[in-house]
Amino acid sequence: MTGARSIRLAEIAHARSGDKGAGANVGVIAYTPAGYEFLRETLKADVVEAFFKPLGVGTVVRYELPNLGALNFLLPNILDGGGSVSLCVDAQGKGLAQRLLELHLDVPELQLKPFARENR
Amino acid sequence: MTTLRIANAQGFWGDSVDAASKLAAGAPDVDFITLDYLAEVSMSILAKQRQRDPSAGYARDFLHVVRSLVPFWREGRRLRIVTNAGGLNPRQCARECIRILREGASPELMVAAVSGDDVLPTILEDLERYPRQGLFPHLESGESIRSIQDRLVTANAYLGAAPIVEALQRGADVVITGRVSDPSLTVAPCVAHFGWKPDDYDRLAGATVAGHLIECGTQVTGGNWTNWLEIPDAANIGFPIAEVSADGSCVIGKPIGTGGCVNAQTVKEQLLYEIGDPGRYLSPDATVSFLTLNVNDLQNNRVSVAGATGGPPPATYKVSATYRAGYRAAGMLTIIGQDAAEKGRRCGAIILERLRQAGAEPRRTNVECLGGGGAEVVLRVSVADDRREIVERFTRELAPLITGGPPGVTGYAEGRPVVHEVFGYWPTTIERSRAHRVVEMVR
Repeated sequence: MTGARSIRLAEIAHARSGDKGAGANVGVIAYTPAGYEFLRETLKADVVEAFFKPLGVGTVVRYELPNLGALNFLLPNILDGGGSVSLCVDAQGKGLAQRLLELHLDVPELQLKPFARENR
Repeated sequence: MTTLRIANAQGFWGDSVDAASKLAAGAPDVDFITLDYLAEVSMSILAKQRQRDPSAGYARDFLHVVRSLVPFWREGRRLRIVTNAGGLNPRQCARECIRILREGASPELMVAAVSGDDVLPTILEDLERYPRQGLFPHLESGESIRSIQDRLVTANAYLGAAPIVEALQRGADVVITGRVSDPSLTVAPCVAHFGWKPDDYDRLAGATVAGHLIECGTQVTGGNWTNWLEIPDAANIGFPIAEVSADGSCVIGKPIGTGGCVNAQTVKEQLLYEIGDPGRYLSPDATVSFLTLNVNDLQNNRVSVAGATGGPPPATYKVSATYRAGYRAAGMLTIIGQDAAEKGRRCGAIILERLRQAGAEPRRTNVECLGGGGAEVVLRVSVADDRREIVERFTRELAPLITGGPPGVTGYAEGRPVVHEVFGYWPTTIERSRAHRVVEMVR
């Protein structure tokens, strides 16, 4: 893409994750309304599913929360059974949100500024 | 009183034991302190304790909290407590609580125990009575609970606010419950105070949101925040206070002079914590939509949360059952030097190969090289099996790598890994009429 820059999701959003049985959820919150619109268009369920495929995630479901400028992703079966059954170091999915914030996205150069945290 | 000030001083069993007394001292206008002790599989730990001692089975740490609050009550503070510390034995927890209050010369305080959440006998009866039916299906897999019937340890329904409201109306200063839904600890004081009706769904929804926000303690006051490095005075992070209004909206804050921070980001992150469909957050008090919420940063560590909408709760209670699921252990070694991840993976393979040769192959294994690579990784090997001896055998296989493994193996000073009993989690539902709520004033 010409005039585009690759950025980390962390530059335009913050996030939190936790367990839901053998699955987990990741809430991603854009720093700005413009950033939310961009993420709504680009951070689709299949993008997040591909990102977490190495961890064995099932079919990712995405929910939109326009009132909070946020997206909620459900990640089924990502915790190897979850709770005390799981053999993963992150048995409760505490680190999944921070992992996802390292995802790289292509942002049109002109649009980057309105997405950044300082512009919230 | 136009607002009710409800604090949380315990986000989970193991959280700070000083939080309640610090809140009482730092926020003199708090009306209620809620304390949450029960995670999904906590009941199985309590079941083991009760097996050894029938008078156990509750969170004993709570008694320390009660002791720490006695001086405030003795001064005449009107400070009420709602907690699920009762676990499997709310009545015994309440008796111990009363004993401490009497010793502390606060004899006029009343303590209530809420029980009836234990539905294990009901489930076992049904399984026997209807042998051909697949009953109490797992919420995710749909499989009948029959498949783990003989390994069941506990089964508890998540009760709602109603029995806590009854206890408060009967004059309880301390309400000790077994399993109730976490936000209901906050909803109940609001219902008792504002006189909401069971179908005031928008107001109940608002209080449920307030409860959801404070139930994990410091997770809304800067803990877990993505920009956590920016929080001031993290060592003195304050526990949260929800000021709930008569319409169910709330302002989230923390005591003046404490560390941490409350801002729109910390609140939004916690709103999204462990939720599914944000349009249908299920609780026994209401079905809540988060899609109508307005979050406004009022500055100075105060954030208003308004606009929650609600509908009738589900016709069933959620049940969390636990069952014995064998044993597990995990061991770690630090490996320093070039190709650290490759060395780590090879060490993992050696451990598993030696177990195979010894005829002690575990049913499940996992080898992780934490830290990603470079010149240093932490190798973590974990195994699980129904046979304890297999897992015991594994715990002896890490140390030989100190001399026979690659150079730069260190971080073994903690000794052999510990074998843990594993409890599986079985979420299901039960008709509301099958759980018989009991409220007792304990003297």
